[in-house]
Amino acid sequence: MLEIKDLTVEVEGKEIVRDLHLNIEEGEVHVLFGPNGCGKTTLLMTLLGFPSYNVTRGRITFKGVDITNLPTNERVKLGMGMSFQHPPEIRGVKLGDMVNIAQGRKEDVIDEDVIALAKRLNISIDFLNRDVNLGFSGGEVKRSEILQLLAQAPDFIMFDEPDSGVDVENIELIGEIMCELLDRNKMPSKRDKSGLIITHSGSIMRHIKADRAHVMLGGRIACSGMPDEITKNVMETGFERCVELCVRSNEVDAE
Amino acid sequence: MTNKETTERAERAKRKKAALGEDIAIGEYIAGKEHQSLNSLAEFPAEYQQDLLDAGIEPTERDRSGSFLQRDCSVVFSTVKYPGLELMSTTDALKEHDWLKEYLWKVVPVDQDKYTAEVELEQTQGYFIRSEAGKKVTMPVQSCLFISSDKIGQKVHNIIIAEEDSELHIISGCSVSHAVNSALHLGVSEFYVKKGAKITFTMIHNWSRGMEVRPRSAVMIEDEGAFVSNYILMTPVKSLQMYPTAYCVGRNARATFQTIIYAHGDTVIDSGSRAVLRGEGSRSEIISRVIATDNAQVIARGDLIGEAANTKGHIECRGLMLSDTAELDSIPELKATRKDLDLSHEAAIGKVAEEEIQYLMARGLSEEEATSVIIRGFLNVDITGLPDALARETKKMFDMSLEKVM
Repeated sequence: MLEIKDLTVEVEGKEIVRDLHLNIEEGEVHVLFGPNGCGKTTLLMTLLGFPSYNVTRGRITFKGVDITNLPTNERVKLGMGMSFQHPPEIRGVKLGDMVNIAQGRKEDVIDEDVIALAKRLNISIDFLNRDVNLGFSGGEVKRSEILQLLAQAPDFIMFDEPDSGVDVENIELIGEIMCELLDRNKMPSKRDKSGLIITHSGSIMRHIKADRAHVMLGGRIACSGMPDEITKNVMETGFERCVELCVRSNEVDAE
Repeated sequence: MTNKETTERAERAKRKKAALGEDIAIGEYIAGKEHQSLNSLAEFPAEYQQDLLDAGIEPTERDRSGSFLQRDCSVVFSTVKYPGLELMSTTDALKEHDWLKEYLWKVVPVDQDKYTAEVELEQTQGYFIRSEAGKKVTMPVQSCLFISSDKIGQKVHNIIIAEEDSELHIISGCSVSHAVNSALHLGVSEFYVKKGAKITFTMIHNWSRGMEVRPRSAVMIEDEGAFVSNYILMTPVKSLQMYPTAYCVGRNARATFQTIIYAHGDTVIDSGSRAVLRGEGSRSEIISRVIATDNAQVIARGDLIGEAANTKGHIECRGLMLSDTAELDSIPELKATRKDLDLSHEAAIGKVAEEEIQYLMARGLSEEEATSVIIRGFLNVDITGLPDALARETKKMFDMSLEKVM
């Protein structure tokens, strides 16, 4: 599904991601841990093709297409989607309008289809009529993002901190819809959707099962492994210690 | 004031330059020829039908309680379909109602400037709209002032009266034929909102590059009365200056002004809204959304004057700049003359934010589509106070005007 090779990314002349390799197969969900500033969000924004993220080396291939230089909307057309951590406010553009846009519809009315979709995330009609992200709470932003993804139904979805600032009740709901979006409720052989989840706290991992986990440090993927193990190490010992453990076990394997 | 006094005051103000806006040489414009009356709006020449539509006028008169059309300086059509509603030319109305002269130049001073003086001295028609006491005319009245010939100077005096506890909804379109290179529109409008009455006035200006425009409007609002103005201008105009003023003289009188301007080409606009809160508990809200692009120059003003107890007012001016050669000045003003009131304003000018475009592109839109969605959203003011059908229609008119410029 997604193949990242030797990727180096600069933002405002500063190298943030270095020689990064990552493969995500069809039906796979990967989780990416890492401290603030390690380059996680930069990686996602680069995959989505935002212009201020400058690829200086390497290649990104999505569904067999080299997308390294494609504009964002072309990538979205190929089947990419993103749940933003801090989406911008857009005055006069309602959440309901965003749902229509995400569905690729020209409609400017918030109709039954949109309302039914919103209901699944406990989103009311009043909320659909609010200007998108304007005065939304942390939890509301997440639910709004997930709603737009439900409408968009991408094949590969990136989640930037889906668990930050969300209360316990909503995190369960968000986890449930994420599982659905990523075909987690299907048999592994029937899964078509792929995902990449960025999490700082890891709390979303109690609600969704991933296939692979990675820890990112200093712009590189420093270690990779089984999600349960990595999550446990990260939670108990922190990122750096986790990487040390990881490196040591690799050395042991090599011996 | 007798007729003679009024004329004298006008004579004295003939050369009085307006406080704002560039001075127009009004002597260059003429009254033009008389136009024949029509039996229906559908008889209006086909080449102008689209211009009517663009100004929000429904040629079939469907869902309208009355229609009025003035072409250049001739009233060519006027009809009323609703009991309790009066609609005719101001000239005819003055013949019919002796009392009406009391309403002339009562809220707009005849000697305000040379333009008001010119309308008094060289008046070329205008409309009179009145709802009788207690009559709620929920279906809108439509009125169109149309310019079809070059060099025309249209100098209208409009009087709008909502008697006690009545309701009046007006769609007023000013439009010009595309064949006109240069023309002048001077429009004096005096509104009277009596006790417990309500007027909503939705005005669409559909001008062209050669038009010079000087509306002079004022509103008197009595106890518990409400006035809502929605103004939409999306076409270029050579020069437009206006500063409609609402005098909230009654207890709990309310005035709302919403202005949507998309200024492009070489448009020059100086547009403001003012409310004078003179009645106890009176309120006003002034909202404007202005987009300036190309070489447009726009001054967006708002002025609230609090003179009575428990009054409240808010100004919200937002501007969006789309060009480095355009200019936008946002000038909100507040004035209070006592302690127990509450006035506020916010003004902001910004750009189409890159991250908003990217966000929309991440939902599948192209850069152009994303920009268009943001601009549409920026101009999207929730128009309040209109009956449902009219609100829908206003939105439709707004969408139509926007589609033409985008």
